[in-house]
Amino acid sequence: MAIEFNVNGKPEKVDVDPSMPLLWVLRDTLGMTGTKFGCGMALCGACTVHINGEPTRSCVTAISTVAGTRITTIEGLSADRSHPLQRAWIELEVPQCGYCQSGQLMSASGLLAKHPQPTDTQIDEAMTGNICRCGTYQRIREAIHRAAKLQSAANHKPDTVHAGELLSSAHRRNAVAGGAE
Amino acid sequence: MSVTRTNLDRRGFLKAGLTGATGLVIGFYLPGRFEAAAAGSDATPAALNAWIHIGTDDTVTIMIDKSEMGQGIMTALSMLAAEELECDWKKVRAEFAPAAKVYYNPAFGSQGTGGSSSIRSSWGPMLKAGATAREMLIAAAAQQWSVDKSQCRAENSLVIHTPTKRTLTYGSLAEAAAKLPVPTDVPLKNPKDFRIVGKPIKRLDTADKVNGSAEFGIDVRRPGMLYATGVRCPVFGGKVASFDATKAKTVRGVKDVVQISSGVAVVADNTWSALQGRKALEIKWDEGANANISSDGIWTLFAERVDQEGAAVARKEGDAPSALGKAATKIDAVYQAPFLAHATMEPMNCTAYVQADRCDVWAPTQGQTSSQNAAAKLTGLKPESVFIHTTYLGGGFGRRGETDFVDDAVELSKALGAPVKVTWTREEDMQHDVYRPASYSRFSAALDASGNPVAWTNRIACPSIFNHAFPGSVKNNLDGTSVEGAADIPYSIPNIFVDYQLTETGIPVGFWRSVGDSQNGFFVESFMDEVAAAAKKDPYEFRRALLSNAPRYKGVLELAAQKAGWATPLPKGRYRGIAVISAFKSYVAEAVEVSVNQKDGTYKVHRVVCALDCGRIVNPDTIAAQMQSGIVYGLTALKDQITIDRGRVEQGNFDTYPMVRMNEMPVVEVFIVPSEEAATGVGEPGVPCLAPAVCNAIFAATGKRIRRLPIRNEDLI
Repeated sequence: MAIEFNVNGKPEKVDVDPSMPLLWVLRDTLGMTGTKFGCGMALCGACTVHINGEPTRSCVTAISTVAGTRITTIEGLSADRSHPLQRAWIELEVPQCGYCQSGQLMSASGLLAKHPQPTDTQIDEAMTGNICRCGTYQRIREAIHRAAKLQSAANHKPDTVHAGELLSSAHRRNAVAGGAE
Repeated sequence: MSVTRTNLDRRGFLKAGLTGATGLVIGFYLPGRFEAAAAGSDATPAALNAWIHIGTDDTVTIMIDKSEMGQGIMTALSMLAAEELECDWKKVRAEFAPAAKVYYNPAFGSQGTGGSSSIRSSWGPMLKAGATAREMLIAAAAQQWSVDKSQCRAENSLVIHTPTKRTLTYGSLAEAAAKLPVPTDVPLKNPKDFRIVGKPIKRLDTADKVNGSAEFGIDVRRPGMLYATGVRCPVFGGKVASFDATKAKTVRGVKDVVQISSGVAVVADNTWSALQGRKALEIKWDEGANANISSDGIWTLFAERVDQEGAAVARKEGDAPSALGKAATKIDAVYQAPFLAHATMEPMNCTAYVQADRCDVWAPTQGQTSSQNAAAKLTGLKPESVFIHTTYLGGGFGRRGETDFVDDAVELSKALGAPVKVTWTREEDMQHDVYRPASYSRFSAALDASGNPVAWTNRIACPSIFNHAFPGSVKNNLDGTSVEGAADIPYSIPNIFVDYQLTETGIPVGFWRSVGDSQNGFFVESFMDEVAAAAKKDPYEFRRALLSNAPRYKGVLELAAQKAGWATPLPKGRYRGIAVISAFKSYVAEAVEVSVNQKDGTYKVHRVVCALDCGRIVNPDTIAAQMQSGIVYGLTALKDQITIDRGRVEQGNFDTYPMVRMNEMPVVEVFIVPSEEAATGVGEPGVPCLAPAVCNAIFAATGKRIRRLPIRNEDLI
């Protein structure tokens, strides 16, 4: 029996095993491979998508349970990499291998939607479910703070903050070339 | 700037190059190594040797002959080529190169990425590739203007006739330049004049990695493709005795069940069905000779072997046993490090399509030549009929130099006559890795009456990586990877003896980020701390005094100590530890701050100050990222172990093999020593110092010495 739902604003209808996780429907049935398989047990966060705005591990979410919902994947975060998190990720050069970053961005965007100016503790809480084997955590944290600033500037004073205007002090400190600061 | 990955095969690429429709293809040969290719004996050599490709629209495409697994090599190689090419950086794109002899890594004699060798081996060739192309563009412009080329210069994707200020774009010159002879002796810049190399240039791959568009191996989709997943015998070396696929074949979407060399694979029209079919398989295994292996037995074996006669001597200076006998103070310790899995975020996978006259392999591989050879062997095709399409790698760390995942896909495609993507489960990936060898290290050191070290002995027992990776290559039972970081200690000690008992365990081992340095760095730099403590000296000053003949070690040690504020007081409850190593010709010191809760046996690493000397630098931001990355890899190694019971790996997923997560992340600060030495790699050298620095800080906090990883709560209570 066909299951209907909405992905990134587009209605979709699939006829698959109702126990098939959303992850594999996205990747194999719909050909949207930005959402990643990492563990299959909701342990790593690589498969994170939003279901009705809520960050969710798609690898353990049966497709039958998402009928009628609104799903956002990394492909739908923005049309043109303009989401403040994407801008901050690019500005601070967060990704290394990049495999976990779709999930990181989807968890982080869930966080920013709830807490537009998240504290470090809130970042820990929202992001600890997402593993990055390359260890980009420090830059993810910096980039979330940076995105919060970009988002707030976009909401209030659109002309005052530009991508690339400044690196946060901690980020600068971490890329010092030369023995002397 | 953008990044593309096309699926041009060798013929397609040659065609594009020779028709001139896409402009200039510059090829050149690594001097002295590839005469056969250079002589044109290959039917399609010209395009295969290309690093630089200039389109009529001025677009510069750099062919990347290394695998991009997060280390930023795609950007670094492009920066080197663009530096000498004098092109507009905004017009640079990068593309993964096909498998070809001209792309052989001189460090290995095959095309592949590892050993932190890419910058070390490509620095010269990529600069030369850029310079050669630049000179040909200048020559083409001079010809068009009928002027001497000495009157012309290249700048920002233009050739300029200096006296008249006339200009021609690279795009307009590319076709003519491609027809000119390739100069052999081209001038290279003084590094002082570099405008790209050495700068924090933005990575070429970031944009594709923030919107899901970067294509990893697991994302490959081909027309008519089938989806597969396999089961290997849980016991290493075991074989399929028999299997019953009846239930598996009833799973919706399952197309077939196929026995292959590695075990049994389920093939379906989607990955989930294959995974469900896998669960329904009933397999009887012939578990073979390894069914009784256990971790306890392996540790007992190492302990026996380390004291046996016949070890291979890795270093002998002076007479250490005699000096130990006469010493005022003697220190003895045994250290142990476990097997570790690579646990790349992207599980092993590969897509292959075997046809009568060709085989295509889409793989997240660190070994293009080895993958090509593996597919050739399985299909009976010649290697040149096997086309390797390298994708982005979702982590490599040494794991993806293996070809087991390639074998699976090629065998399945050959059996089914269709493109097949095989995806391993996380558990299969964890339980059928080639592990960082477990290792056992017995130390003795002697101090004279003034507390100066006069003798150092280190006896090591562990399996050989080279025995597995390159059978027959180990001579005199001495595998250099087993003793790296141990045989080459830099400290001025008059009597040093290091030997190695090659000890196989039945567990497959392989190259794991920083290889032998990963465990020997922990052993040596922890024991060095014990020796300093026995001498009642500050662990930093003690090391420093012994490094007078090792200036680059001393340089990073001093820089780390200075930036960490080694001599300054810490907040209550915080303690420092320090370590210094050299790995893959780079030098690293790390100073850490740790707090320990001795009630529950937990610890937290708050701050890591890392000093690095990697010679000349390509991209300081990438270097900082790689150090941060290596440090997290090292932190994870404090938590994990692969253990063996009845020949099986006991861990399976991230619940039993935990990763460092956001809430455990310390602040990491990276400082780079300015240097004019040859450029060296940064992918691995950040790893080895972390474990000893943390364990030394734990000793400072608690007086408890961690001699066995992982750190257990009971060790700290």
